[in-house]
Amino acid sequence: MSDAREQILNTLRRGLQRGPVAGERRAELEARLAHPPRNVIPARALRPHFEQVDLFVQMARNAAATVDPVTHPADVPVAVSAFLDCEGLPAELVMAPDPELAALPWSEAPTLHIERRAAVDGDQTSVSLAFAGIAETGTLVLLSGPYSPTTLNFLPDTHIVVLRADRIVGAYEDAWDLLRARGLGMPRTVNFITGPSRSADIEQTVQMGAHGPLRLHVVLVGG
Amino acid sequence: MQVTSQTFKSNASVALRDAALQRALKNLKAGFPGKRAAAIAKLPEFDQLRDAGRDLKNHVLEHLDFYLERFEAKVIEQGGQVHWARDAAEARQIVLDICRSVAARRVTKGKSMISEEIGLNEFLEAHGIQPVETDLGEYIIQLRHEHPSHIIAPAIHLNRDQVADAFHAHHGPYGFTERNENPRALMNEARQVLRQQFLSADVGITGANFCIAETGTTVIVTNEGNGDLTQILPRVHIALASIEKMVPTLEDVSTLTRLLTRSATGQEITVYTTFSSGPRRVEDLDGPEQFHVVLLDNGRSGMLGGEFQDMLRCIRCSACMNHCPVYGAIGGHAYGWVYPGPMGSVLTPQLVGIDAAGQLPNASTFCGRCEEVCPMRIPLPKMMRHWREREFERHLSPAAVRFGLGAWAFFAKRPRLYRIVAGVGAWLLRRLGSRKGRIERLPLAGGWTAWRDLPAPQGRTFQQQWAARQGARS
Repeated sequence: MSDAREQILNTLRRGLQRGPVAGERRAELEARLAHPPRNVIPARALRPHFEQVDLFVQMARNAAATVDPVTHPADVPVAVSAFLDCEGLPAELVMAPDPELAALPWSEAPTLHIERRAAVDGDQTSVSLAFAGIAETGTLVLLSGPYSPTTLNFLPDTHIVVLRADRIVGAYEDAWDLLRARGLGMPRTVNFITGPSRSADIEQTVQMGAHGPLRLHVVLVGG
Repeated sequence: MQVTSQTFKSNASVALRDAALQRALKNLKAGFPGKRAAAIAKLPEFDQLRDAGRDLKNHVLEHLDFYLERFEAKVIEQGGQVHWARDAAEARQIVLDICRSVAARRVTKGKSMISEEIGLNEFLEAHGIQPVETDLGEYIIQLRHEHPSHIIAPAIHLNRDQVADAFHAHHGPYGFTERNENPRALMNEARQVLRQQFLSADVGITGANFCIAETGTTVIVTNEGNGDLTQILPRVHIALASIEKMVPTLEDVSTLTRLLTRSATGQEITVYTTFSSGPRRVEDLDGPEQFHVVLLDNGRSGMLGGEFQDMLRCIRCSACMNHCPVYGAIGGHAYGWVYPGPMGSVLTPQLVGIDAAGQLPNASTFCGRCEEVCPMRIPLPKMMRHWREREFERHLSPAAVRFGLGAWAFFAKRPRLYRIVAGVGAWLLRRLGSRKGRIERLPLAGGWTAWRDLPAPQGRTFQQQWAARQGARS
């Protein structure tokens, strides 16, 4: 197949009427990759942090997510338990094995049965921790990793995501800066999630809950 | 996939008489254009983004070899593999070889137009591997043994009763014995049936809306979550991408997604935008063990440096077909291959040959709406004109068209005669027009008047009016 590679690259270069990119031009392209310039950032993303938090909530709700703001991290377990009650869902959770989630006082919601693992078919409700939230479109950012299996985001019918308000940024580009600052390179999967799963493939009418979760619930901490 | 673009004219006639299709196409016209307009109204920077997107893609195309090589290096660095395919046959074989290397029997698939382009499903089936489409629209048409009629809404040519028939015919073995026409119930059925397929697949195949050179990442932009279940549950993930999907950085892909989703479904962002880099890491609890990217050329490299290079900016949003009066009247199947509408009329002749697809660039009134709404500012009408020129040069256009153009040229070169004949023509047509000012039947123009009236000329010829206007000014 290396024949194919060479032939494709050669045809491209013939069309462009040059050889492989070299010299100064190459250095410019390398620099552009090493320090990616930002293009147009929508003005709506550029506002003080507390307004970004408000925008996140508004946009996430527009996308049919539910958002429950709580004041302290310690409020999360009771908020999760109350949400399950309110929705008439069983008090069973499969939770991302994340130390930050584990450190929350789950004993304050003693009726909850919690398993910390990846999701399997039949799990009804999952809990994950968001890496970031993006105000521009009310988008959650979740990274795969040992503390955050991706199956939790897609297999259960209900997905609960814990998001710290101080992790909300304005634009997508700000989330990429946070990811780069983490210094671990790209995880296998970065999921941008905005609202619950849906499809309009039958007569262009939107129906919620296609293959992914029917419900997306955000517990916003410190908002 | 068999090309039937040669018979475009008769395909179109059949489509115009298809009552079910005409009913379904009303959903398209009622939906996409309005949603797009509403989304754009909420983003004042949209036109600025279009300029940025156009410039960005031009930059990529000018350095496509560089970005492809960088993308490949980054995929390999993270433990993935990149396969280069010159044409459809090579791409199919690569996918089959990967499937065989893990003794795959069932393959789940996210929506991919490249898969359609290379005819992957038929090929896998012929080699004993069962491909299961999991996007709801794709799944419906797979059950009906059809191809997509639209690049982002593959089953837009169908109504709910047709979906109900297809499910009723196939879902009995899964315990769904009652025929149901409710869209909500239909989707639940598909969700339950396909969940079992997701869990038992050996290989998952997705497309790629973008490939990021900076990080060696493929990106899918979806709403259902099927693309994600396709790529995280099986042992192997194969992403199919054409070479022009390269984007330099994460910042650049952010610019393009802002344009893509608003132009396509009118969403500010789709529910899921997923960035995949390499196979699962050693410490990960889930995800595929293998990650392969197939890079398909299939005639695209030859478009660089030529008059169709701009077409490689296309990000497959479908705005051009959603706003096209021709697509809106006949739907996508009449175009006879994978890519319908204006973008297909430019791309198909390049990918399957002008002799097979020469009629497509003629399927346009040049109203210009496609170019107006294109987020990448691709001059679609201009490129359709280029194809018409080539068709004429190669003597591929029908005799009647050549005769007509020849006759017009004869008069155009003789302005005095032109004026006289045009004057007589305008007078005659006005006489033919009914009191309503419309002509319902015209000799030699049945192809037009069978479907709509021809407006009758209301007064003098264009040249006479122009002369009068110039005279009034001076």
